[in-house]
Amino acid sequence: MDETRPVKIKVRGLSKVFGKHPQKAIELRNQGMKRPEILEKSGQTLGLSNISFDVYEGELLVIMGLSGSGKSTLIRCLNRLIETTEGEIIIDGENIPTLKEKALLECRRRHFSMVFQNFALFPHRTVQQNAEFGLEIRGVEKTERHKIAHDSLKQVGLEGWEDAYPNQLSGGMQQRVGLARALANDATVLLMDEAFSALDPLIRKDMQQELLQLQSKMQKTTVFITHDLDEALNIGDRIVLLKDGEVVQIGTPEEILTKPADDYVRRFIEGVDRARILTAESAMRPLRSTARESDGPRTSLHRMRDHAIDSIYVVDRDRRLIGLLEADAASRATEEGADSIIPYLTQDFRKVPMDEPLHNLFAMFSEKSFPIAVIDKQEQLLGVVVKGAVLDELARAGEQ
Amino acid sequence: MDIPRIPLGDWIEGGLTWLTSEYSLVTRGISRFTQTGIDVLNDSLMWLPEWALLGLIALLCWKLAGTRLAIGAAAGLALIWNLGLWNPMIETLTLVVFATMVAVVIALPVGIAAALSNRLYRVIMPILDFMQTMPAFVYLIPAIPFFGIGSVSAIFATVIFSMPPAIRFTTLGIRQVPVELIEAADAYGATRGQKLFKVQLPLSLPTVMAGINQTIMLALSMVVIAAMIGADGLGSEVWRAIQRLRPGDGFEAGIAVVILAMLLDRLTQSLRKTRQ
Repeated sequence: MDETRPVKIKVRGLSKVFGKHPQKAIELRNQGMKRPEILEKSGQTLGLSNISFDVYEGELLVIMGLSGSGKSTLIRCLNRLIETTEGEIIIDGENIPTLKEKALLECRRRHFSMVFQNFALFPHRTVQQNAEFGLEIRGVEKTERHKIAHDSLKQVGLEGWEDAYPNQLSGGMQQRVGLARALANDATVLLMDEAFSALDPLIRKDMQQELLQLQSKMQKTTVFITHDLDEALNIGDRIVLLKDGEVVQIGTPEEILTKPADDYVRRFIEGVDRARILTAESAMRPLRSTARESDGPRTSLHRMRDHAIDSIYVVDRDRRLIGLLEADAASRATEEGADSIIPYLTQDFRKVPMDEPLHNLFAMFSEKSFPIAVIDKQEQLLGVVVKGAVLDELARAGEQ
Repeated sequence: MDIPRIPLGDWIEGGLTWLTSEYSLVTRGISRFTQTGIDVLNDSLMWLPEWALLGLIALLCWKLAGTRLAIGAAAGLALIWNLGLWNPMIETLTLVVFATMVAVVIALPVGIAAALSNRLYRVIMPILDFMQTMPAFVYLIPAIPFFGIGSVSAIFATVIFSMPPAIRFTTLGIRQVPVELIEAADAYGATRGQKLFKVQLPLSLPTVMAGINQTIMLALSMVVIAAMIGADGLGSEVWRAIQRLRPGDGFEAGIAVVILAMLLDRLTQSLRKTRQ
C-alpha cells in the first residue's frame, strides 16, 4: 500500500466480536488464538480480527471471501449497520464507530449508498419511488428528486418502468432498481453487498459489464463484496481477500493471480491458474481499426475518432506492424503540417507472438496501457489483447 | 393446618373503590364526553331515513367490494328493517364504531411501541393475555361504578375486551417487516420516524387491518353482551327475549346481529385487500 492516491476510507485495526463479552475474545485473540479456539474458550465469535486496508478515491475495491469469512460483516461495519468492537473507520476525517446517532445518520446520508444481495426493494413503493428513497430521506424537494431518480433509472436502462412495482420485475431488473436507488442518492461511496450473487450467470455477466461501464463514466468509490473469484477478477481494481475474519492478501487481480500470498490464496486461484496454459491467441480481439503507413495525420485522427480509440497501430502494405500512433502525436503532426505520420510513431508498446502464455501478459500492462499487439512470425499484425480480455479469459478458464 | 385465604377479591374491590372515588371527576368527564359522542352519532344515523342509509351502505359496499356484497348488504339490511329492528341495529352499530375507534386509537401506538421495544413487549404481552382470557362479563362489573349503567360502561368494557388483537397484530405486522428492508432504510440514513412511517407501517398495514377486523368482531360480540348493564341495541332485544322466554324474538335479534357482523367483516376485509 505504498501508493499515494487519495484515500477515501481508511480502515485500521477493525475487529468485531459477536457475543456478550467481546473484550474477553479480544484478549484471547491478542494471546494469539484463532477463531475456533476463542469460540471454545469464551463462547464469543470473532467475526473480524484486526482488519486494515484503504479504499482509494474512485476505485472499485472488491472484498472477497467464502461464506463465514466475515465479508458481509465487514461491509456492514463500514456504514455501521453493525457496531464494531474495536478499530477505526475513517471517512473524510470522521471516525465512524464513534459518531453520535445524529452524526451517523448524516454520515450515512452523505457518504453511503448500498445495494443488497436480495435487492431489498420496498414492495409497497413503485420503481420510481424506490429510486427516490434516499433523496426522500434526505429531504430533497419533490420535483428535484423525481428528476434525479428518473435520470438514474434511465442510466440503468429502466426507462418506462417507473410506475411498476418491484414484484412485477425480473431479478435482474429488480437489482437495476437497487442500483438506481443507490446512484440517485449520489453518496460518495457505493457499497455493494453480493449485489449480483442472486442473479443467474448470464445476467450477472451483463450486470458486471454495465457496472464497469458506469464505473468508467462516474469513477465512484465502490466497495463490492463477493464470494466469486471470477467476479472479483473481472471487476475489481484491487481485491481484499478475507479468510476467517482476517485479511489474507490485498492486491490487484494480477498480483493475486501471479503472486499469491500463501497456500490458501494459491488453492483459491488454482482453478483460474490453468490460465498458465492459455495463450495470447485465446484472449486476442480483432483490431477495430489500423492506419496504413501511407495515411496522413488527418486520416489517422479521423479513424481514431470514428472508433473512439486514442491510439492506433500502423501497418505497412503487407500488414507488418511498424509502430503505434497516439492521438496527441497525430494532432501534433496535423498542427505542424506534416504529410506523413511515420516520424510521429512510437515503439513504446508491447508485441507478443500468438503462443505467448497469457499470464506473462499481466506484467505488460503498465500504467498507460496500450493494447498488446499480437503478431505472427512475419511480424504481421493479427490482433490486440486488452486487459479486460485477459481477465475474462482467465475467469472463463476458472469456470471449466 | 389452616392456611388463611388470600383476600384477593377484597384488594381488587378496595382498589376499584379508591379509583372510583379519587377519579370520579375524570370518569364523569369521560362519561359525559363519550355519551355526547354516542348520541350525536346515533342521532345522525337515525335522522337519515332507513332507505337512504340502506342505499348509502350498499353504495359503499359496491365501491369497496363489488356488486355481490352490495346486494347482500341491501338484502340483509332490508330484512332488519322489515323485522322492526332498525333502531336497535343502529344503536349497536354506533357502539361498535365508537368502541372500535377508541380501541384502535389506543392500540396503534401501544402496538407500535411494543414492536420497537423488547422490554415493553415482554410487559405488554402478558397483560394482553390477561385481558383476552378474563371472562368478558367480569369487565362489566367495575364499569358500572366508573361510568354508571348504560352505553358508556358498555363502551368501556368493549374497548378493553376488543383491543388486544389490534395491539397484537400491529406488533406482529411491524416485527414481520423483513430485516433487509430495515437495513436498507438504515443504510440510507433514515431516522426512526422515517423508518416507521415510510417502511414499517406501510408494510404492516395488511396485518394491522386484519387486527382491526378482529377488534370489530370482538366489539360486536361484547356490545351484545353489554346489554346486561343497560346498553341499548340488538343485545337488549335478545336480553328481553330471554327474560320473557320468547325464542322467536331472540332469534330475530340474533340474526340481525349476524347480518351486521358479516357486513362489517366483509367490508373491512375488502378494505384490507384494496390496500394491498
